[in-house]
Amino acid sequence: MQFLDQAIEFKLLADHATLTYATRVGERDLLAFCSAAHRAERRLVALWGSDERDRDAKHGYALHAAFDLAEGLCCLTLPLSTDAPEFPDLALIFPAAERMQRALRDLCGITAQDGDQRPWLRHANWPADHYPLRRDTPDLRFASANEDYPFVRVEGDGVHEVAVGPIHAGIIEPGHFRFSVMGENVLRLEERLGWKHKGIERRFVGMNLADGARLAGRVCGDSTVAYAWAYCQGAEAIGGTLPPPRARWLRALLLERERVTNHLGDLGYLGNDVALSFGLAQFSRLREDWLRLNAQLFGHRLLFDRVVPGGVAVDLTAEGTLAIIEQCQAVAGEVRRLKKIYDEHAGLQDRFLSTGRVTPQLAKRLGVIGLAGRASAQSWDLRCNHPAEPYDQLAVQMAIERNGDVAARALVRFAEIAESLRLVQSIVTGLPPGAVRGEVHSAPGGRGFGWIEGWRGDVLVALETGVDGKIRRCHCHDPSWQNWPALEHAAIDNIVPDFPLINKSFNLAYAGQDL
Amino acid sequence: MFPMLRQILRAGLISEPAPIADDALRATTERLSMALRKQLGRALVIRHVDAGSCNGCELEIHALSNPYYNLEALGIKFAASPRHADLLLVTGPVAANMEVALKRAYDATPEPKLVVAVGDCGCTGGIFGESYACRGKIANVIPVDVAIPGCPPTPLQLIQGILAAIAPACDEASISGESDKAEKER
Repeated sequence: MQFLDQAIEFKLLADHATLTYATRVGERDLLAFCSAAHRAERRLVALWGSDERDRDAKHGYALHAAFDLAEGLCCLTLPLSTDAPEFPDLALIFPAAERMQRALRDLCGITAQDGDQRPWLRHANWPADHYPLRRDTPDLRFASANEDYPFVRVEGDGVHEVAVGPIHAGIIEPGHFRFSVMGENVLRLEERLGWKHKGIERRFVGMNLADGARLAGRVCGDSTVAYAWAYCQGAEAIGGTLPPPRARWLRALLLERERVTNHLGDLGYLGNDVALSFGLAQFSRLREDWLRLNAQLFGHRLLFDRVVPGGVAVDLTAEGTLAIIEQCQAVAGEVRRLKKIYDEHAGLQDRFLSTGRVTPQLAKRLGVIGLAGRASAQSWDLRCNHPAEPYDQLAVQMAIERNGDVAARALVRFAEIAESLRLVQSIVTGLPPGAVRGEVHSAPGGRGFGWIEGWRGDVLVALETGVDGKIRRCHCHDPSWQNWPALEHAAIDNIVPDFPLINKSFNLAYAGQDL
Repeated sequence: MFPMLRQILRAGLISEPAPIADDALRATTERLSMALRKQLGRALVIRHVDAGSCNGCELEIHALSNPYYNLEALGIKFAASPRHADLLLVTGPVAANMEVALKRAYDATPEPKLVVAVGDCGCTGGIFGESYACRGKIANVIPVDVAIPGCPPTPLQLIQGILAAIAPACDEASISGESDKAEKER
C-alpha cells in the first residue's frame, strides 16, 4: 500500500478499529513523506521515540511519526543510530512537532538536529543525561531544584513581564504563562508546561495489559473514556480480539456522555469568566444532574475504569435507557433556553466576540485540531473522517465555525452538546444485543494503535508489548500538544484580563500533555 | 433579563443539606487545637493546589460550588492566593516539578493552617507512586491533617473531609473544655 504518491510501502495492521498502516523508512523518505503530507493538507498526529537497543545494536533508537491521511492512520518509524540518535527537525514542516521533539529528547535522549533545544518536560529536577525511557536507566530519585528557564524576552521601552503560575488563581491545573505586555496589551505569551510530569510512560513499562488500562484512564481525568478506549483499541489489536458490538456501542455512549459533561462545565465557566455567574450556576446544575445519572447507571460519576480491554465493565438496562432518553430531552430543552440567553446577552457577547482569535489560516498553519480547530474552520473529527463502529452508522454532524474567537469556541460547544444528545439517544435505542466484554490475551512482540475523538480532540495511544507479553512501550498523545501553541497566538493583542476567558475557551489539558 | 429570572425561578432552590464531617479521615496527629478548628469553621478560606493530579479531583472540587452542594453556604470559600487561605486543599501525587511550588504555597499560607490531601494519589501516591518524576503522597512533602481517599472522591466525600478538618464532631461542652485547656496551657 502506498500513499501520497510516495514510493513507500506500508503494511496494513490487522484488528484495528480504524484502518492503520505502518512502515519503516529512512531519513530522506520520512522528510519526503512529511512534505507530501503537508502539501496534501494532512496532519501530523503524534511524534514519539523508543529505545530499541535490545533488538538492534546498530540502530538502537527509533523515531515514530503518525499521520492522519484520508485512508486512515499511518505510522512511520525511522531507525536511529545507537551512537548519535538524531533526526532532522520536523517542526519546519509541521510546527506542532517542536514541543514533541523537545519532550522526546528529555525522555529518550533522541535529538532533533535543529530548532528549539530547551528542555520541555525536564525542569532541572533530574539530570540532563537521565533519560527515563531508556531501558538501562536506573530507577533513581533526585532532589528538586529551582529552574532558571530562558524565556524569550521582548525588548523595548515600557515592555514588562507578567509571570503567572505554576499555581494558578482558580481551581485549575498548574502551568506557567509568561506575558510580555505593554500597558494592558499582550505583546507575547510564552507557555512553560511540564509541571505535572509524573513519569507515566515509564510507569507503563512492564505492566500487564489490564493494569495499563487503569493507568491510561488516568492520564487525563476529564478524558478518561477517550484515553481508556484508545488504549483498549491498542490492546485489542495486540490480542487480535475485537470487542463485541454491544461493547463498542456502549463505549460510544460513555464517550458522548463524557463530551457533554465537559462542554456543560465549560459553557458555565465561560459565562462566569465574563461575570455572568447565572451561567455557571445553571450549567453546573445540569452537569451535576448528568454526573449523578452516570453514578446511578454506571457506578462512577466521571466514568473511570468503565472501558476495559475487551469491552466495557457496565451494561445498560431498559430502565437505564429510559432514564437516559428522558434526561437527554430535558437537558436539550434547558441548553436551548440557556443558549438563547447567552446569545442575547449584550455584555457576554461583547466579551466573547473577536476575543482570542485564531484565524482559519493561522489554525491551518499551526495544525490546530479538535474542538478549537473546528472553531477555526479546521474540519477534523474522527467520528466523521474515520468513523469506526458505531459512528459509521450514526452520521455524526461535525460542528464548524469560522471566526476562531471565544464566541466561536462556545458555539462549537453548543452545537456539539446538541449533536451528542442526539447521538446518545440514537445509541441507547440502537444498542445491539449480546455480550459486553470479551477476553483479551496479550501477545509477545505485539503492536497496536488506538485513536479516539475525545471531547478536546483526537487521542492517540501507541502500544507495544515485549517478549513477555507485558507493556514494552505505551505512548499516549493528547490533542493539547497541537493546540497549546495556538493559545500563545490567540492571546496576542488581547488585554491581560481577557486571558482567563481565552484560556478557558480552549480548555486544554495540562495533565494530558505533561504525562 | 426576564428570561434569566424565569430560568432561575424554574430551576428553584436545589441546594441540599451538608453531610456531617467524617472524622475517620483525620490524620492521627492533630496539629491544631479543637478551639482553633472551631474558629476556622465559621469562615474557612481554601486555597486549592494541584500538585500533579490527573485533573479528575479538580472536576469534583469544581462541583462543590454547584447549586446542589453550594459550599459557600457553609461559610467556606476558595481564595486565589495562599496568603488568604486557612486551608490548603492539595490534589495529586506530588510531581517532582511541583515540589518547590507546593512547599512555597505551604510556606505562604499564614498560621494556623490546615492541609487536606485529596484523592487516592494525594493519600498514597496512587497509581503513579514514586519515581524520578514523582514524590508520591502529599504527606511526603508537607504535613497533612486530613486525607480524603477516592479516585476521585465524590463531592460529598470532599465536604465530609473538609468539615472533618475544621469542625470537631463533638458537642459544645467538650469544645469549650478543650479551649479552657488550651487557655491554661498558654
